Amino acid sequence: MNNLDYGWLGKLNWDSLVFSGFLESPSVSEAVASVAGSIVILAAVAILALLTWFKVWGTLWRDWLTSTDHKRIGIMYIAFAIVMLVRGLLEGMVMRAQQAAAPDGFLYADHFAQLFSTHGTIMVFFVAVPFLVGLINFAMPLQIGARDVAFPVLNQISLAVTVSSGVLLMVSLVVGQFSTGGWSAYPPYTGADFSPGVGPDYWIWAIVFSGAGTTLTGINFTVTVYKCRGPGMHLFRMPLFCWTVLCASILMIFAMPPLSVAAIMLGLDRYLDFHFFTNDLGGNMMNYANLFWLFGHPEVYLLVLPAYGIFSEVFSTYSAKTLYGYKSLVIATMCIAILSFTVWLHHFFTMGQSPTINIAFGIATMLIAVPTGVKVYDWMATMYRGRIRFTTPMVYAIGFLILFVIGGLSGVILANPTVDFQVHNTLFLVAHFHNVLIPGVLFGILAGYNYWFPKAFGFRLNDKWGKRSAYLWFAGFMVTFFPLYGAGLLGMPRRSFSYGDLTFKPFMVVAFIGAMIVLAALITLIIQFLVSIRDRNKTRVPVGDPWDGRSLEWNSPAPVPAYNFVEIPKVTDRDAFTEAKEHGEAYKRPKVYRDIELPKNNPLGFILCVVSGILMFALVWYIWWLALISALTMLVAVIVSTFRKETEYIIPASQLEKDTEAWLALVEKSEPVGRDLEDSPRNVGLAKLEL
Amino acid sequence: MNPISSPKNPLSASNPHEAIHRDPDMVIFGFWVFMMSDLIFFGVVFAIYITMVGATAGGPGPKELFDFGSLFAQTMFLLTSSLTVGIATVMVKHERSRASFLFWVVITLLLGMGFLGLELYDFSVMAEKGGVPQRSGYLSAFFGLVPLHGLHVTFGCLWMIVLIVQVFTMGLCDVVKLRFLRLALFWHFLDLIWIGIFSVVYFGGWVYG
Repeated sequence: MNNLDYGWLGKLNWDSLVFSGFLESPSVSEAVASVAGSIVILAAVAILALLTWFKVWGTLWRDWLTSTDHKRIGIMYIAFAIVMLVRGLLEGMVMRAQQAAAPDGFLYADHFAQLFSTHGTIMVFFVAVPFLVGLINFAMPLQIGARDVAFPVLNQISLAVTVSSGVLLMVSLVVGQFSTGGWSAYPPYTGADFSPGVGPDYWIWAIVFSGAGTTLTGINFTVTVYKCRGPGMHLFRMPLFCWTVLCASILMIFAMPPLSVAAIMLGLDRYLDFHFFTNDLGGNMMNYANLFWLFGHPEVYLLVLPAYGIFSEVFSTYSAKTLYGYKSLVIATMCIAILSFTVWLHHFFTMGQSPTINIAFGIATMLIAVPTGVKVYDWMATMYRGRIRFTTPMVYAIGFLILFVIGGLSGVILANPTVDFQVHNTLFLVAHFHNVLIPGVLFGILAGYNYWFPKAFGFRLNDKWGKRSAYLWFAGFMVTFFPLYGAGLLGMPRRSFSYGDLTFKPFMVVAFIGAMIVLAALITLIIQFLVSIRDRNKTRVPVGDPWDGRSLEWNSPAPVPAYNFVEIPKVTDRDAFTEAKEHGEAYKRPKVYRDIELPKNNPLGFILCVVSGILMFALVWYIWWLALISALTMLVAVIVSTFRKETEYIIPASQLEKDTEAWLALVEKSEPVGRDLEDSPRNVGLAKLEL
Repeated sequence: MNPISSPKNPLSASNPHEAIHRDPDMVIFGFWVFMMSDLIFFGVVFAIYITMVGATAGGPGPKELFDFGSLFAQTMFLLTSSLTVGIATVMVKHERSRASFLFWVVITLLLGMGFLGLELYDFSVMAEKGGVPQRSGYLSAFFGLVPLHGLHVTFGCLWMIVLIVQVFTMGLCDVVKLRFLRLALFWHFLDLIWIGIFSVVYFGGWVYG
């Protein structure tokens, strides 16, 4: 059928709804799909109802949806990522249940394939990336002593397209089906010949739009780090987190375009009958593999580098020591960033290139272990003879150190092409990348969440529940994924919804038990959040430095005011805030109060979020008139916004004086608290100076 | 001295902390970084073209399809437009009249639109000879790359039209000047890409196709 032959609703009809499948031919697989779709609808309705019930639409609009404040944008990124994390994690549970129940599983093959495709896509693009971008947005400008990121409205737009892509993935649970081609969506399988449905189109548009958002974020963060540092904040005085952010942002700038190109070309193949990656007429699917992994490999470092940065901050703060081997850590970070571009071919050792090429890429891959090793030793040396406190972020960091090394070692095994031929496409690989991504990235973002939460909201998270959650994550991760190493070595293929060889069954049952522990970990994480809100009056830290922090973000009240710092602090050394506290420069009254200019609220981000969501939906379902209208609306919205004249507002000096004097008075009357008591209600965020 | 950073410019005169969102250096640097990213985008599409030069699947190849006369004219249009946008930059720099600035911007716009017109004409001639993107991998790669540049030129033209309107509604103020400087950078960048397209796609395709 020609693309233009569809009616005014495109391919959309009643059968597209997920429930129609269940009504026509009820089965467990269809029931699971329908329940998932219902959860999405009910959750959306419930959220809208609650917002209306509590009459928070006005606040939401003024303080959040139109905000250009990097801290609020960061928090919105994180909230979005947590929602997506819940979905991705539940999908993992269902997959583990299916494989534990196989060969008499309860899902159709296609349904299982949709699960692993969305699980991968969501976890990488809509959990790890937005969570990290959120943490970076929140912390990095504060750490370098900036008022905001370089381009606040661009920041808003990046968030907008990321969220609308995520919403599109949620919509795919209710309307139509998602791709069955895995998170990498290899053609020709995802081409029009083999996947004529809308699934790959959902994948393509979600990737194109969120990828554009990530590229813009990378540009924004790079310029912020280069151009917005406060006085005296030399590059080599930046906290290590900022270095990892810089390198990760450069990776975003260089690694995202190949993904966009791959996805757009796949779209051209599907929509306009081009022949980039088709089987016939000169198409070449190896081009896709190269493009995808030219992005895909740097992507994993794009995720793990900021997490390394978070761990560096955590190790240093909770060991009460300056970071050991700072320069070597910076150099190692840069080496990893560069090397990450030299190894993409190890993702297809078995696809027919010469042994010489495989060996070159195998060696390049193993080389990455060297700077990573440098980092691990530096972190251990940071802890050595430190006064370590086992708070939740530190527990995550230590768990990371041990488990991540195991994942790294299994990576070195895979980097050997001969071994790779043996375990290629088995669960060994699945075990490996979960073993690096869960300790490396997930524990990193959870450590960062616990570490910076008091700064963002003005009260601490509950440490007991935090630790329970951390230990459950460790246990759940190990019980789930270590059996997969075994099953993989025995030859169990990945992505199979069923298997005939019952040798694998015990491994899968253990892995399913592990998945249940992971679910418990997620639940405890939610409990921690709720308990912390309940107890917030006992854990407030308005002074703003609950952990005896070493970098500038702790040098302001908590929650941080819109302008970050009343007077941009002057930096004379690394660990700027510790330095300031040592020399009595912290909590000082500014000589003069000067007006501060900040970017005004802007509805552009929200408009683009809604309209780009409509555009993507229209494109997926071939509703051309709607696609055209929404594309033009986006263009017009951007052009109209360039005519805005007053883009800044002024916070008057009198207001600043009032706020700051109140804060300084609070500092004055607060009791400094030693590290041993940092989890007690006495900790109001004024750390005692203990060197 | 560049008017954007001259001392009488209110942007650079104010307190450094407060002007942080409008620091012209930062804005221009940000645009350079964007162009680096765009360059990677183009680079990857170039690479795909190179790998697919032979993949004509029995369809028409470069020798049947390219019209170097028209290409020469397109190149002249684009190179000249780079010159005229440069002259417009000089007009801004020396704070000449609004009319002389607009004159050179309009000339650039016309040259850009002339280029696009010729490019579309070329595509229609190619289509008559069976050179459509659906015909082969080679042609898909061709139509993935050359119109991508054309799309950029289209956005450049749209940008110019918006700027012309803004010169009338907002005056030749600092914000508009800064936008124009970025447009000029973008336009030179597109020239550079065109030189790549001319060398790799047309000459390269001719020689190796």
